[in-house]
Amino acid sequence: MTTTSLTSSRGAGRAGDKVFSGATLAAGCLILAVLFGVALFLVVQAFPALTASPDMIKGGEGFFAYIWPIVIGTLIAATIALVIATPIAIGVALFISHFAPRQLASGLGYVVDLLAAIPSVVYGAWGAAFLAKEISPAYNWLANNMGWLPIFQGPASATGKTILTAGIVLAVMILPIITSLTREIFLQTPKLHEEASLALGATRWEMIKMAVLPFARPGIISAVMLGLGRALGETMAVALVLSSGALTASLIQTGNQTIAAEIALNFPEASGIQVSTLIAAGLVLFVITLGVNMIARWIITRHKEFSGAN
Amino acid sequence: MSKRIDVKDLNVYYSKFLAVEDVNINIDAKSVTAFIGPSGCGKSTFLRTLNRMHEVIPGARVEGEVLLDGDNLYGPGVDPVTVRSQIGMVFQRPNPFPTMSIRDNVLAGVKLNNQKMSKGEADALVERSLRGANLWNEVKDRLAKPGSGLSGGQQQRLCIARAIAVEPQVILMDEPCSALDPISTLAIEDLINELKDEYTVVIVTHNMQQAARVSQKTAFFNIAGTGKPGRLIEYGDTHTMFSNPTEKATEDYVSGRFG
Repeated sequence: MTTTSLTSSRGAGRAGDKVFSGATLAAGCLILAVLFGVALFLVVQAFPALTASPDMIKGGEGFFAYIWPIVIGTLIAATIALVIATPIAIGVALFISHFAPRQLASGLGYVVDLLAAIPSVVYGAWGAAFLAKEISPAYNWLANNMGWLPIFQGPASATGKTILTAGIVLAVMILPIITSLTREIFLQTPKLHEEASLALGATRWEMIKMAVLPFARPGIISAVMLGLGRALGETMAVALVLSSGALTASLIQTGNQTIAAEIALNFPEASGIQVSTLIAAGLVLFVITLGVNMIARWIITRHKEFSGAN
Repeated sequence: MSKRIDVKDLNVYYSKFLAVEDVNINIDAKSVTAFIGPSGCGKSTFLRTLNRMHEVIPGARVEGEVLLDGDNLYGPGVDPVTVRSQIGMVFQRPNPFPTMSIRDNVLAGVKLNNQKMSKGEADALVERSLRGANLWNEVKDRLAKPGSGLSGGQQQRLCIARAIAVEPQVILMDEPCSALDPISTLAIEDLINELKDEYTVVIVTHNMQQAARVSQKTAFFNIAGTGKPGRLIEYGDTHTMFSNPTEKATEDYVSGRFG
């Protein structure tokens, strides 16, 4: 009675399980290894710049004095992009998922997805050649009428190639990814909960506020984070659109610079310590992205109990 | 605060398909009326037309009249949103909002209609509604916890509390116990029995014993065959319907010969 029908097992099924779990484990480890590899490369390569004497670094005042204006510039550009893109993306996604007639919705969804396929250099060219020129009268108006606000302080850039223009171009670029993801999440709202709110006497908009948006909240945050990742790291569009310069509070003057554009513009001619400096700038961008994502995760898990996943 | 419902010559369509045909029924105020019948006979569809929830389904429409104390729900200028705030609904599967606490779930409907409410008033309403749904003692210490953490039966009673918090005229229940165990079912049935003192209750059920236990009047729906519209076969006192029905089909169904 050593081998009963309970102890004998189907060999093939077991092997399949092992192979599958091994494959998923390998995939998971690969991601960690790549991330670790990139981080290690950045740290090792950046080290000379971090320890170099201040006069060796571009600007002559050390790495910190060099990096913080472009960190702020990066954050300003990304913030402008998010502030513009997030409400529009959520509005478009809600329109597609809950308001538009079916044919229009699928057509519109297709067009939005198409926006994501346009290469960033095209957005950059559009921003530099078209948008900057068209928008500079608006900047003049802002300088004349809202100039008392530091962010709209004049004189406005004559070319329109400002951080605000760069932010607007970035907003257009991150719009499709946020729209697509939030649309999918809105469509997944359980019918059960939509009906629950309608049966209480909610209008369509109240139903969306009551059932759809709270349910989609973690997904919206994730979508915005993906958009933010793209905005922080976008190189070509910013390099083409922004006529860079020193850090200024005004968004409509020439000036400011982002980390990614700074690296892209200077890397081809850089050598020695300059390369290290640019890689160190890349390391800072890496850390910013990591930090932003950790904050987003924290925000999502803080409300886990109420996420609707249980 | 409860009103009667009179339905006149009601047809329900899904696009071109006639789902329920020619229903005439008078539902008494402050009583429990049960709709019974085999699956697909249109009883749930018909129930949804009583608070215009069928309009959520694309292509669904009705012909005929549904009168709430004489006011036609389908009259010109009638807003379905207003209709639904007067005629509440409890669904087959418990559906408390997972993103809200127990307290917020109860207040969800009230906040829609009445924006301004002091915390004291809100607390009193939460307690009154949860007591009304026989749930207060079980949840009073965890009102801030999510509603989705409750058991299925408790969730369903939370949904009933949410429905009665807006003080509707009528409460519609679409197989409210079909996803629940017998003990939870008993709790809901006791509750339905109490609710009829204040509200007009209409309940769809697959369970004939349940109809016999909780309702004063019973309506039997049936279909002639697949693809044919559902019809109201017989309507009368629950006792008569189960002991001495007029129609052969009713007798066959309640005695378990089909369905």
